[in-house]
Amino acid sequence: MKFTRRDALKGLGGIPLMGAVWWAGAANTVAEKKERSAILEQLNIQPSLPSAVPGIGGNPIRIGIIGFGIRGEQLCRALGFATNEWKEEMRLAAEEDPKHTALADFEAQDKLNVQLAGICDIFDYQANKALNSFNTPDNKMERFRTFQEMNRSGKVDAVVIATPDHWHAPMAIDALENNIHVYLEKPMTHTVEETYRLREAARNSKAVFQLGHQHRQTLSFQTAKDIIQKGTIGHVSLIQTNTNRNDDNGAWMYDIHPDASPQTIDWDMFLGSAPKVPFNKNHFFRWRKWWSYGSGLSGDLLSHDYDRLNCVLNMGIPDSVMASGGIYTHRDGRNVPDVLQVNMEYPNFNTGSSQPKGKEKGMTFVYSATLGNGFNRPTILMGHDGTLELGNQLTIWPDGGSTRYTDMIEAKKMNPGVPIYQYNPGASTPDGVASATSQYFADKGLMWTYINGARVDSTFLHMREWLSSARNGGKVSCGIQEGFEEAISSHMAGLSYKLGRRIEWDSEQEQLKPIEGIDFDEALLASM
Amino acid sequence: MVAIRNEKCLVNSMVLLRLFIGWHFLYEGIIKLYNPDWTSYGYLASAQGPFRPFFIWMTNDSMIGMADWGNKIALVFVGLTLLLGIFEKWGAIVGALLLALYYLAHPSFPWVDQLNVEGSYWFVNKNLIELVACVVIYQMPTSRYFGLQRIFSKKEVMTHTK
Repeated sequence: MKFTRRDALKGLGGIPLMGAVWWAGAANTVAEKKERSAILEQLNIQPSLPSAVPGIGGNPIRIGIIGFGIRGEQLCRALGFATNEWKEEMRLAAEEDPKHTALADFEAQDKLNVQLAGICDIFDYQANKALNSFNTPDNKMERFRTFQEMNRSGKVDAVVIATPDHWHAPMAIDALENNIHVYLEKPMTHTVEETYRLREAARNSKAVFQLGHQHRQTLSFQTAKDIIQKGTIGHVSLIQTNTNRNDDNGAWMYDIHPDASPQTIDWDMFLGSAPKVPFNKNHFFRWRKWWSYGSGLSGDLLSHDYDRLNCVLNMGIPDSVMASGGIYTHRDGRNVPDVLQVNMEYPNFNTGSSQPKGKEKGMTFVYSATLGNGFNRPTILMGHDGTLELGNQLTIWPDGGSTRYTDMIEAKKMNPGVPIYQYNPGASTPDGVASATSQYFADKGLMWTYINGARVDSTFLHMREWLSSARNGGKVSCGIQEGFEEAISSHMAGLSYKLGRRIEWDSEQEQLKPIEGIDFDEALLASM
Repeated sequence: MVAIRNEKCLVNSMVLLRLFIGWHFLYEGIIKLYNPDWTSYGYLASAQGPFRPFFIWMTNDSMIGMADWGNKIALVFVGLTLLLGIFEKWGAIVGALLLALYYLAHPSFPWVDQLNVEGSYWFVNKNLIELVACVVIYQMPTSRYFGLQRIFSKKEVMTHTK
């Protein structure tokens, strides 16, 4: 037998096909990769790494808890202390749904060198709940009747304050005056006047003050800072942030505990500076719904969004604020609005420009909120060269009219509909977040951050930073200056809503521009 | 049982089927081979149906590297054997096994969520059809007609005749 030409053709015919397919696959992949890396190289965005904080050496830091409600319990978990009831509940939840990792996450969290030494809660049930779980041979915990008593007992080095808003400043000031470190929940204050007093107390104290905006630890926000500084999206003229919630918990309709009574709750202590009213369980558990104790959407949720952006842009207090809204979805006796639109003006703010000097200046920050619809409207920073969606993930789209990317867009290397950058540090971690409200916080990057792909509670990082700074010195991410800006901006929004007027800030004098015949704090506290 | 009207046409069609399937596998394999960021993690982690736990297990840190490389090597192997026409029976078996895994990870069962699929399927989907095509290739090898095997087998015959 002999090889014929036919044999050669039919025997080797597959080889050129193989070559063609191999070449096409390799060339396409490599070309695509090259194009991506050319864009990424040009953008030169550096994903942030977590900043290392020195450990807490020596004796454990003795912490007093003031307020052991929903948030107080969460803060204790961030410190490494979970109630037996919670652990049991989470164990059952994990049994039912293996994706529910709250207990596993809690157990995997690094241990902090702290002792929960004191508890102040004016509701006996809550104080006893803390004692039952935390007062153990390894962790001696004592109940104090008042925060003043605890601050002066010599038994605590630091306090964590998670009380209704009208108690924030008085408690923080008292602790700082006694040189006790303070971790305070947001919003920092309840009135304009006490914002200045708290700032003064923090400046004069040897103790470290940290405001509880834990998202300052979120890595995606630190990366966003780099994106803005590099001019990736050009001059930002509009920021849009939103609150979209449509559930009872999200509208502050918390459960009323069956043990609540005038015998188990120190009602006068709860009221504090608030108008005297008879014992009212609704007020006690759902205090966020009234201006006397809470701060409505402007203090409660706008403060989060404001600080998220202030952390990225460092834009400070707006020159002026206009707000409007109403109680449109929960007419249940509350007097804080449940639909609110706030426009904050920054006429002199600039994030850098790709156009002729002087053409671009100024920015509006829009906060739009409803407690009657849960459709997820993301946080968007709108720049001349691109759009940045900000959350736990970051996405950047180039803008069709961009100056910076004109060539790339014309050469079809960029397409306004296709993101040029995506940052998803938790891509390989499937999430299991329990409720609608916690999903709301998680999407915004307010609950978690990701370190080397692992999910970490950002509150834990925020508290760790505070404690490390208390023991070793060093700056905290959300200190009194950041808190001052958050409080004033939130109060401006609240005031504008209540007065139906533009509220202006005098940055030279560092005060609100007076309006004749109006006492701002009286207006802020009024029940409308 | 089967009356074949035109055997030559059938053989040619079988060659074409073999080449196209080989083409498809090789291209998929090469794309993954040249992209260092490619991983089967997403496909496995989002697995549905009765074998979900098995595929989830494959996503753990010690397994995922093997799963990725195993998939790439297997894809290229199937592609080369079917395109070049050599060891095509092995290629067909490996191809059928791979497709069975792809199908089981995201089966087209009506009670299972259909993730990342184009088209509409009820039990039978394209993976399953390609799997059966691999079985047919196994039954009707054509590499002695078109492929390297033709040269090797001739050589064998030639050495025997010497």
